[in-house]
Amino acid sequence: MSLLRVKGLKVHYGGIQAVRGIDFEVGEGELVCLIGANGAGKSSTLKGLMGMVQCSGQVTFGGTRLSNLATHAIAARGLSLVPEGRGIFGRLTVAENLDIGAYTRRERAYVRADLERMYGLFPRLAERRSQLAGTLSGGEQQMLAMARAMMARPRLLLLDEPSMGLAPLMVQKIYQTVADIASEGVAILLVEQNAHLALHTSQRGYVMESGSIVLSGPSQALANDPGVKAAYLGE
Amino acid sequence: MDIFVQQLINGLVLGSIYALVALGYTMVYGILELINFAHGEVTMIGAMVALAVIGALLGANPDLPGLLVVVAGVLVAVPACMVLGFVIEKVAYRPLRKAPRLAPLITAIGVSIVLQNAAMLIWGRGYVSFPAILPRGRHEILGATVTDLQIAIVALSVLVMVGLVLLVERTRLGRAMRATAQSREVAELMGVNVDTVISATFVIGSALAAIAGVMVSAYYGLAHYYMGFLLGLKAFSAAVLGGIGNIMGAVVGGMLLGIIEALGAGYIGDLTGGFLGSNYQDVFAFLVLILVLVFRPSGLLGERVANRA
Ligand SMILES: Nc1ncnc2c1ncn2[C@@H]1O[C@H](COP(=O)(O)OP(=O)(O)O)[C@@H](O)[C@H]1O
Ligand SMILES: [Mg+2]
Repeated sequence: MSLLRVKGLKVHYGGIQAVRGIDFEVGEGELVCLIGANGAGKSSTLKGLMGMVQCSGQVTFGGTRLSNLATHAIAARGLSLVPEGRGIFGRLTVAENLDIGAYTRRERAYVRADLERMYGLFPRLAERRSQLAGTLSGGEQQMLAMARAMMARPRLLLLDEPSMGLAPLMVQKIYQTVADIASEGVAILLVEQNAHLALHTSQRGYVMESGSIVLSGPSQALANDPGVKAAYLGE
Repeated sequence: MDIFVQQLINGLVLGSIYALVALGYTMVYGILELINFAHGEVTMIGAMVALAVIGALLGANPDLPGLLVVVAGVLVAVPACMVLGFVIEKVAYRPLRKAPRLAPLITAIGVSIVLQNAAMLIWGRGYVSFPAILPRGRHEILGATVTDLQIAIVALSVLVMVGLVLLVERTRLGRAMRATAQSREVAELMGVNVDTVISATFVIGSALAAIAGVMVSAYYGLAHYYMGFLLGLKAFSAAVLGGIGNIMGAVVGGMLLGIIEALGAGYIGDLTGGFLGSNYQDVFAFLVLILVLVFRPSGLLGERVANRA
């Protein structure tokens, strides 16, 4: 029984078809990646799941249909997206950003405990908790975006290119965090252009090309696929 | 010297009223980048509703304590304007959320014309006077005179503004408002119902407008179906002066505009050798608006637009 099941998802912007009816699934606690070139439709897929763009198809999450729900209602059901470009609230403090991550949760004591847990996980954020988030470096902002998403206690975390624009050392740190989150049992759908990184981290993967899924399977097998090697791994 | 202190005090009183109205403009602009030109008319409706209640109460029993009657008027005017603000957003602006920016702007002007005409039909073309039922104590300070009403207006304004700042800075709704102002899309991702936040913003701004409407009619002793136009335009100028979208900016801009206007009115005769009289005081608001737009469009406390993450 998979946590997220997507059937025939289509996304279009006016006349442009960005996603052309794709099927995929993410199981409980699974780390799945979605790779593809720039413009393949990866971000549009995530936006479709979150109800941020016009889309059609069937999306089932934890047994219930998500179709036609507003974005905030989808978020409240346990899907958290860390958007491309991170979407940090630059004029809110680090602490306020984390706080608003827990917006849908009412149990203040647990939220407080999670806040301390995030500060434990990201000491850099703890040091800067009362600083405006806009003053953080790119890597710190990515950490904040992930910590903020985790404050919602999501059942499925959607990550859109978490490594984008970061220095190699920071990328390593971010991917360590992705692995840590996954080891806590949170399911993750990881979108990346950096196929090498994504296939190395995940258990299963999907390859997307011009709006369609062209290949899927265990990440190990995808990494060894001659086509994938040629197109995405530069080998 | 006397006239300087006196005009400073008058300016502070006017300024605190402008600030209350300017807050409504700035909060809506901060979230929707919409100039809600109907906001001045909400102020007018607040004054009119309060005066209707005051008139009805005094008609039923002229011996009721004046302060109590005015408080009752405010207690009806505030929720009435909150409902009005909610309805205006829902009916006039929400359907245009994704339209080009000119469309809601024109609609805003349309809404204010509708409200003016509705008020004219209900309350007539003439002035509605504010009965002289409030305490009328006078105090001497540094050679100037301060009335009870002036003290009450400034004190109540400060109280309301402190309350608003606490709401925006300290509460869950306030945090959602600030997040929504920065990015509606990301706020939704956090589970914030942006429609609710926008409604709340209009409702809160309209409550402030109602209070300001009662204040201004009590201060000048009258209300009029057209009073919202000039008041709204001045408050908008104040919001721009402070930096539109910025809450502290609206407070500072309102106070400053009130003071500039009062000092200008006090000295315009001397400055122009008697050519212009204090009846030209309205000119200052627009002079300020033009100067700010030319030399510092982001206002005194406004951030550069590029900083809007
Ligand atoms: N808001 C939009 N309006 C119109 N076209 C868009 C919009 N967003 C994305 N597209 C188009 O949809 C296609 C897929 O884009 P996207 O989902 O961002 O790809 P990816 O995330 O894989 O790089 C591209 O051709 C892109 O130009
Ligand atoms: Mg993308």
